[in-house]
Amino acid sequence: MQVLKQQHNVCANDFAMAGAASAAVKKTLNQLGFPSAFVRRTSIAMYEGEINMVIHADGGTADVEIAEDYVKITLTDKGPGIADIDLAMQEGWSTASESVRELGFGAGMGLPNIKKQSDELEVISVAGEGTTLIITTKVNEQ
Amino acid sequence: MKLKQVEKILDATVCTNFPYEDIEVSAACGSDLMSDALAFGEDKGLLLTGLNNPQSIRTAEMMDISCVVLVRGKEPDESLVSLANEKQIVVMRTDNLMFTSCGLLYEAGLSGGKIPYASS
Repeated sequence: MQVLKQQHNVCANDFAMAGAASAAVKKTLNQLGFPSAFVRRTSIAMYEGEINMVIHADGGTADVEIAEDYVKITLTDKGPGIADIDLAMQEGWSTASESVRELGFGAGMGLPNIKKQSDELEVISVAGEGTTLIITTKVNEQ
Repeated sequence: MKLKQVEKILDATVCTNFPYEDIEVSAACGSDLMSDALAFGEDKGLLLTGLNNPQSIRTAEMMDISCVVLVRGKEPDESLVSLANEKQIVVMRTDNLMFTSCGLLYEAGLSGGKIPYASS
């Protein structure tokens, strides 16, 4: 299988459309016949990242690389960045506003959930410049 | 448990427009916070929530959940129902509270799901 590459825009402040990019990737993975448990955890990891981009970072881009035995998702934003990545990886820690919590997010589970669902996670963030998440899921892991 | 049983037990109203009666669910989770729901590992499950916006359907879609039950008497937003019809995810509403809804389903034999990625 050739490596398939996709790019999706994640729109800023469009909460109704948040998750559309993850849904499109999930559809592609299902069409390609990946195992359902793999598709589910890949989709959940990307969805959590996509929601973070809408909540915290005025949107961004999602570059997705689909190979026979792995999926690599690179989420890039030009948001405020993460001041303390170790703190952000702790369950329950969140800077989300009350209005975001009313929308069902901001429980401080986003990054920890991404880590649990993925096989590799790299977080590159510069305060004031933006954040890049590189999420890799492997077919034969977990 | 079939969704027609869920509908009866919760005295619920189905809001989506496609056949649902014979769809089976194997477990359920209840949460208003979608990140909590996303930690729920069961597919073919049911999500009980008070979150009345399209993200409850997006979350269900990512998790392969086949039915979302809106508790506490909420009337679903048009945008939620529209997305649910598109994604073929059943939406029901019930006047029962979250705790009561979960209890009724549990009592009738529907269990909570396992959390495969839990840290302990």
